[in-house]
Amino acid sequence: MYDAKKIVPGILIFVVLFTFPLWSNMGKAAPAPKPELPKTEKVCVMDTAYMKTEHMVLLNQWRDLVVRDANRLWVGPDGKEHFMSLQNSCMKCHSSKVKFCDQCHNYAGVKPYCWQCHIEPKENM
Amino acid sequence: MEKDRREFLKIGGISVLGLSALPVFQALAQEKGPRYKPDPKALKGAQWAMIVDMKKCWEQQDKRQCRDCILACHKIHNVPDIPDQKREIKWIWLEEYKHAFPDQAHEYAPEKVKENPFMLLCNHCSNPPCVRVCPTKATFKRKPDGIVMMDFHRCIGCRYCMAGCPYGARSFNWGDPRPYLKPEDINMTYPTRRKGVVEKCTFCYERIDEGLQPACVEACKVKALIFGDITNPNSEVRKILSGHYSLRRKIELGTGPNVYYLI
Repeated sequence: MYDAKKIVPGILIFVVLFTFPLWSNMGKAAPAPKPELPKTEKVCVMDTAYMKTEHMVLLNQWRDLVVRDANRLWVGPDGKEHFMSLQNSCMKCHSSKVKFCDQCHNYAGVKPYCWQCHIEPKENM
Repeated sequence: MEKDRREFLKIGGISVLGLSALPVFQALAQEKGPRYKPDPKALKGAQWAMIVDMKKCWEQQDKRQCRDCILACHKIHNVPDIPDQKREIKWIWLEEYKHAFPDQAHEYAPEKVKENPFMLLCNHCSNPPCVRVCPTKATFKRKPDGIVMMDFHRCIGCRYCMAGCPYGARSFNWGDPRPYLKPEDINMTYPTRRKGVVEKCTFCYERIDEGLQPACVEACKVKALIFGDITNPNSEVRKILSGHYSLRRKIELGTGPNVYYLI
């Protein structure tokens, strides 16, 4: 092989650099997000498992129900009626965006654009 | 047991039918009545309309520079106060006679009419051109009550609707509107808008759906603004219209505006 003195160290340097994120983060898993749940309410508008995975689908459904079809009330799993509104309903119980929404969104690296228009509650920190 | 082809196909067909019916049956079995409904307090009408009694309005404008309706509307809906006229956002605003009624304005009209500004807002047309041109159906005519609505989530900012609207009722957000809102004045129960969407008066759909009158109507202390269902012959708007001669803006365009002016 020609130029083995250059190629072999070159390959080695490349492999080391390429795998840098893997070994530099070895054994340092980012802590799992801990969204703070409201203390006053026990039941959300759907069951917890659904809310964990599908809340964005539900929010889109609410958006269309409210804006386009003039529906305002949602019947929860316990039969309780909820006002369909991100700002006036969701954020009344989940009163801190930082302690609730942002926990998982930051962890998962998603940036929902809800808050470009909807006003987040004032944080008491 | 011997099976012929005919029998095999019969059993196979029935089994396939049964299997495909199962998920449908399961979905139907889970349904426990509707999960959503309108607020029972919501106002009901087939076509909302508004009357602007300019005589009463001008009295107040002369007396105390009254802007109650504009202030109430713009505060409740977080409409920013942008000083640059090219970028301003307005839902309800004042305009001269000759601009409000260019088709019927003439120089010999009474001084009062010529010199005093008219209160303008979205006409919530019966045949809205803005809705026809919107490529995303972000603006649409709400079927049950005829409000020309904006779904800001869907607006892509193409501004076709602004070109389509002959009344100049629509404003475009050239930039983020939030810096122009005073933090202490922000209504925390209503969203703002973002850069790149068109906005306009929505006849306070969010208040109507909760059984309240539009904010401007509520704010007007002399009842110069009257709101009601134009299709209901017993409504206040119809009673007033049958007793007074009224004007509408640019009716020759065939948009069917639903805001009436008394002068």
